[in-house]
Amino acid sequence: MTAPRKTAPEAVLAARNVAKSYGQVHALKGVNFDIHRGHVTTLFGENGAGKSTLMKILSGVIQPTSGEIVLDGQPVSFANANEARDRGISIIHQELSLAPNLSVRDNIFMGREITGPTGVDFAEEERQVRALLTELEEDIHPLTPVENLRLGQQQIVEIARALSVDSRILIMDEPTSALSASEVEVLFKVIRDLTARGVSIVYISHHLEEALTITDHAVVLRDGVMTAYAPRAEIDLEWIVRNMVGENYDLGSPPVTERGQVALSIRGLSVPDATGQDLVRGLDLDVRAGEIVCIYGLMGAGRTEVLETVAGRLRATAGQVVLDGHEISHLSIAGRIARGLALVPEDRQRDGLVQTMSVGQNLSLASIGRFTRGLFTSRRDERALVDDSIRQVTVKTSGGHAAIGSLSGGNQQKVVIGKMLATQPRVILLDEPSRGIDIGAKAEVFRLLATGAKSGLAVVYSTSEVSECLSIAHRIIVMHKGRISAEFDSSVSKEQIMAASGESVAA
Amino acid sequence: MSATTTTAPAKPRSLNIGRLLLEGRAFFALIAIIAVFSVLSPNYFTVGNLLIMSSQVAIYGILSVGMLLVILNGGIDLSVGSILALSGVVAGALMQGVEIDALGVILYPPVWAVVVLTLCVGAAVGAVNGVLVAIFKVPPFVATLGVMYVARGVALLMTNGLTYNNLRGSEALGNTGFNWLGFYRIGGVPISVIVLAVVALAAGLMLARSAFGRWLYASGGNERAAELSGVPVRRVKITVYAVSGALAAVAGLVLASQLTSAGPTAGTTYELTAIAAVVIGGAALTGGRGNVRGTMLGAFVIGFLSAGLVIIGISSYWQTVFTGAVIVLAVLMNSLQYGGGPRKG
Ligand SMILES: Nc1ncnc2c1ncn2[C@@H]1O[C@H](COP(=O)(O)OP(=O)(O)OP(=O)(O)O)[C@@H](O)[C@H]1O
Ligand SMILES: [Mg+2]
Repeated sequence: MTAPRKTAPEAVLAARNVAKSYGQVHALKGVNFDIHRGHVTTLFGENGAGKSTLMKILSGVIQPTSGEIVLDGQPVSFANANEARDRGISIIHQELSLAPNLSVRDNIFMGREITGPTGVDFAEEERQVRALLTELEEDIHPLTPVENLRLGQQQIVEIARALSVDSRILIMDEPTSALSASEVEVLFKVIRDLTARGVSIVYISHHLEEALTITDHAVVLRDGVMTAYAPRAEIDLEWIVRNMVGENYDLGSPPVTERGQVALSIRGLSVPDATGQDLVRGLDLDVRAGEIVCIYGLMGAGRTEVLETVAGRLRATAGQVVLDGHEISHLSIAGRIARGLALVPEDRQRDGLVQTMSVGQNLSLASIGRFTRGLFTSRRDERALVDDSIRQVTVKTSGGHAAIGSLSGGNQQKVVIGKMLATQPRVILLDEPSRGIDIGAKAEVFRLLATGAKSGLAVVYSTSEVSECLSIAHRIIVMHKGRISAEFDSSVSKEQIMAASGESVAA
Repeated sequence: MSATTTTAPAKPRSLNIGRLLLEGRAFFALIAIIAVFSVLSPNYFTVGNLLIMSSQVAIYGILSVGMLLVILNGGIDLSVGSILALSGVVAGALMQGVEIDALGVILYPPVWAVVVLTLCVGAAVGAVNGVLVAIFKVPPFVATLGVMYVARGVALLMTNGLTYNNLRGSEALGNTGFNWLGFYRIGGVPISVIVLAVVALAAGLMLARSAFGRWLYASGGNERAAELSGVPVRRVKITVYAVSGALAAVAGLVLASQLTSAGPTAGTTYELTAIAAVVIGGAALTGGRGNVRGTMLGAFVIGFLSAGLVIIGISSYWQTVFTGAVIVLAVLMNSLQYGGGPRKG
């Protein structure tokens, strides 16, 4: 920490006794929350604690059931997000809200196009986009369609859009869930610049250590009430976790398991990117039953492409995938799932959830065969399976019938994990599964994977958080530019892993 | 923007009644239509008239069940009216006998064979739609628009624009009974209505209780997610269009049988009525939402409304206006029900 921290300046934006109910669900129960000028206020809380709800109220996206919002000492009410934006408040949503078919430039200026005498001034827009992306140290062409970007890059675009507004209050709801450590570092640099200029920031993240490095004040929400508040000097990791969940979690160390036969064998796998060039070249990997392998790498290293190819969504240009001794390259996704290979995809909105179906129908979607009796599905068996899954991955919901959209972001993520675990796989691939889930849920997922591994499940776990690798993996594979650049066992240090990934080791 | 939540938490009771009215709108609309016309005309609410109206609804109803499946899948099928005509013409041609040149004989297939062959033709044309959409990635609107023209054109070519009037068959040739579908009744209920009931029940069960139904809802709601969950999305798509084509053939047979004639211009614009029934029944054109019950109500709303207008002697021009207004109103309510929910995050 370089700059000396200021002591609480006045609150620019505050929530006073704000409550929000959705029918019987009380998301917020009378919360007071202050945002101080030029400070970073971090908001911690379990999945479903009400963090996003509070932020949406402060930024005008939704209206509170009761209570008021105070801006510069004056009570205000925003009818919609545009009104709040006009008053200098902008928000980066937890779920991406980009138009996939439009370019990066058009997304950033959507609804606020810069107009000149001859219509939209595209050249000026492009110049500003380039400047923003340079500031974020991201090499993306402004005219790329957003759908061609990786999830992490889309998140960067979302951040750039919020920065382009020049607001005085910037709310960031899990802005880094798909970013790698070095990109987070860049973002933090940007945040420090902003606060130095007097911009106030709210920051939400389930990466607690990371959030601690940027925070000035921490606030903890629990079940819709504020349970703790303290300046940076008085808090540490243990304080956050204690106030968040009431007990302490240790993500522990890799479970002791028995290694069996090679369950998944990848030989010489090459995968093309959108332009047809090989993104992954000649990749070899063996995973044994009972083994937990972690794939670490930066954004763009090719991890998602490898996992999606193994699962059958992408076509390989060369190579073989062998499951339990059988070549499966010719099988469909359904065929692979039936053989016991399941993928938890990275992007839950696009690839994980069917928004028109209920929580239960989403959970049971990949294992319909398990409760089909003859021609028809058995409601009783389905309900049993759904209830089991909800309990297993600890989804906070009123029940299987609830709309998937009524769940908090982290709970939606748990549904995606639960859905694939319900297929009773022998090999499970997880692509950044901890995106947006709280520490308790992460411990729970780790416990499930460990239990699975003890009974012979082979796990491939892709992540951009080194600490996750160290606390679960028997073996750590580092990918860099489409190749395996290093392989370690669990006694490796953080720095060694990061160096092998091509990442500049941050302080 | 996304901030259109207009929930009034202060009045939960009136809100619930509003919800109920909104969700049951097709049902209430049907009740209202029956009530109004019963008051206006003593002939409307009689068993005889209800059965006659229902046998007219049957044609649209059968088509709209197929349309519902396609719309649930996130597509649209503009070709059902043409497939209906083509099927009628195929059935008509088969009833006139098939000349086999090599043997120098004319074959007269029995009626059951005519029915089976016609259904196969309908399903095959539908499957062409499905393959175009699922494999060749042609947008459904365009693919089915093309097939709509081609099917109609083939029907015209087969008949030279004329109509088959003799569908009765003859005892001597052993192919009588074609008018059974259109004229017979079981316990006073027209066969066409029974066919509709069977089709609707089967589709309803399939959607609610079978794995295929679940696949259909899932791939209509989010195709990528469904595929990654092991749903065979292409197979579902092709099947859905094939079923829609087969149901159009069923409707074509019923219509030809009711009229005892089959012409190449039958069923023009019926696809629009079928879409209207599905939409009035509360299905979302974006896919993933809707059910058979709603679609049936939608078909009956349209059928009973236009029949009522005829009975009280309102000009057919006004009927068109009324039908249009009902459709717009229905879509408006759909967007009230499905739109405006807050984004989650
Ligand atoms: N539209 C809605 N309808 C019903 N319930 C809702 C709705 N939106 C949020 N909720 C409920 O409100 C509670 C708080 O949700 P919120 O999204 O604020 O949680 P969060 O703290 O952001 O969690 P996460 O860390 O998982 O993002 C949850 O129990 C959620 O199920
Ligand atoms: Mg949230």
